[in-house]
Amino acid sequence: MDEFAVEMRDVVKIFPTPEGGEVAAVNHVTLQIKHGEFFSMLGPSGCGKTTSLRMMAGFEWPTEGEIFIDGAAMGRTPPYLRPINTVFQSYALFQHMSVFQNVAFGLEMEHVPKKEIEHRVGAALEMVKLSGMSRRKPKQLSGGQQQRVALARALIKRPAVLLLDEPLGALDLKLRKEMQLELKALQKEVGITFVYVTHDQEEALTMSDRIAVMSQGKVLQIGTPVEIYERPNCRFVADFIGETNFLKGKVKKIERGLLTVELPDFSQEIKGMGHENLAVGQDVSVSIRPEKIRLEDDNNTTAVEEDKDNILRGKVLATAYVGSDTRIIVDIGHDIHMVVWEQNNISTLDPQAYYVADDKVLVHLPFENTLVLPEGVA
Amino acid sequence: MSEKKPALWLRIFSFLVYLYFYLPILILIVFSFNTQKLNVRWEGFTLKWYEVLFNDSNVMLATRNTLIIAFISTLVATVIGTMAALALQRYRFPGYTLIESILYIPVIIPEVVMGISLLAFFALIKFQLGLVTITISHIAFNIPFVTLVVRARLHGFDKSIEEASMDLGANELTTFWRVTLPTIMPGVLSGAMLAFTLSLDDYVITYFSAGPGATTLPLRVFSMVRFAVTPEVNALSTLWVLTVLVILLISQVVQKRQT
Ligand SMILES: Nc1ncnc2c1ncn2[C@@H]1O[C@H](COP(=O)(O)OP(=O)(O)OP(=O)(O)O)[C@@H](O)[C@H]1O
Ligand SMILES: [Mg+2]
Repeated sequence: MDEFAVEMRDVVKIFPTPEGGEVAAVNHVTLQIKHGEFFSMLGPSGCGKTTSLRMMAGFEWPTEGEIFIDGAAMGRTPPYLRPINTVFQSYALFQHMSVFQNVAFGLEMEHVPKKEIEHRVGAALEMVKLSGMSRRKPKQLSGGQQQRVALARALIKRPAVLLLDEPLGALDLKLRKEMQLELKALQKEVGITFVYVTHDQEEALTMSDRIAVMSQGKVLQIGTPVEIYERPNCRFVADFIGETNFLKGKVKKIERGLLTVELPDFSQEIKGMGHENLAVGQDVSVSIRPEKIRLEDDNNTTAVEEDKDNILRGKVLATAYVGSDTRIIVDIGHDIHMVVWEQNNISTLDPQAYYVADDKVLVHLPFENTLVLPEGVA
Repeated sequence: MSEKKPALWLRIFSFLVYLYFYLPILILIVFSFNTQKLNVRWEGFTLKWYEVLFNDSNVMLATRNTLIIAFISTLVATVIGTMAALALQRYRFPGYTLIESILYIPVIIPEVVMGISLLAFFALIKFQLGLVTITISHIAFNIPFVTLVVRARLHGFDKSIEEASMDLGANELTTFWRVTLPTIMPGVLSGAMLAFTLSLDDYVITYFSAGPGATTLPLRVFSMVRFAVTPEVNALSTLWVLTVLVILLISQVVQKRQT
């Protein structure tokens, strides 16, 4: 067995456009997916997720580069000869067949004996909790149930890799959350490598072992959910995953992993963490997540100097109490607003305990949570 | 669906429209059982004309020819017409619009023109006119009708089901037989049904491509009614209507079952 379940090596896919031009749907993508991994491809619409998946499945061929499945170069191997199965976004169920026939189809193609087919289809339907429905036609099922049929139909082939293209996209929010957990549990149970496409960052964070963040045909960053969230490698990733605040600046000094960034709008410098390939003089974005910011009452007397936090002065513009936390918008001058989430670990009805508009505050940005990011990936 | 009854005037109006459709046919059917030879007055019930009909060897031969031509032309036209519909659905190529529109020319141009052109063509290549030329002509005018009907069905066809089939291990051919064809089958059947009925009662094109020897039911009927509409023709027409009705019912049932 090869080290990787799927590997894309410098893959490019160019489509002709109707206008006569060309579009690089996938642009020099290299990535490796390990066996048994829940791997997500995340990115905005049109960034090339589906195209990547379709090339793995064999519905499209790379213009350049090579795709390996379990170490074997795929070249122009047709889909029916690849050890890969797909769950389509539209489910693509066979409407003229019953649920049983849909799920059995893949085994029939392998000429599995009838008895065994019956047995395995029964087990597969049980796994996706559709046991009583084998005689129904797809049209007689709800969206969530159709989704499970699509899943059972693909999983029954025991593929090395299962590709899922936004499989929960058509479901309502509640069902979606339920299915997220079920899918994740199912993946653990069967131990098959999942390649999961989504444009929902929360979904990717909750389900994945690793995530590849894509934009405009390129992979920007690959990492665990924690790495992607806590240590994005560029402004785009920080912006796309979760919420954050940005300040524009220029690198002034680099020492012992701590960078000093000059904020031209403010007569102030802030310190933060940054990648080692940043250079002095480079334009950067500084990203601070709203939940990592701490506020303090500003009584005008404190000397604004600390060795763990950057401190900015600001004024509360508006607040919104959302139960678990309070969302506060702070104006730090020069028309720059920062969003701060203060966890409500106090439990009081006293309105004095909460920030209100026009409160003067000190905004604490801990060095370790102040991320200095390049505009794009190198 | 709401089970509301239509307004009275609407029911009366619909009844009149149906009457307008079916009264002539009804009269024809009634007179096929009339003992009198002229279609003017009812005299008494008889099955005599049906007996005459079944003993008329010319009519029986024409019926046989018509059915053979209809079956063969329907079969061939359905296969080719469906293939054309699938190709037009699936591929884009230079000259697509041109190919697409000239495919439907036989539907649009007058039948006489098509009949004459076929006659001229067969004469040019010195092809002996007869049952074969009639069949070829019927295939020719049936193909675009089948394509039209199948394309309507293909509209909105989700090609990801074909990809799913290949993904599950079926090659292109198996995918066609197991997934594509069953999915578009209702369209193919409607197309075939249309082709069959068109072939069954075609007169103009058949007339031009028949030659002196070969005859079909429509040709035979026209020659029989040249002087007067006899009860024998009434009997023949009655059976004809019945046949078409049965085909129609079968197709309705099949379509219902499919959806
Ligand atoms: N068959 C095709 N012909 C031409 N262009 C295509 C084709 N398929 C995709 N593209 C283009 O390639 C780019 C990437 O498309 P892709 O479907 O991979 O995006 P995606 O990341 O899956 O987006 P979404 O989240 O909207 O599904 C888009 O600009 C799209 O217009
Ligand atoms: Mg997509």
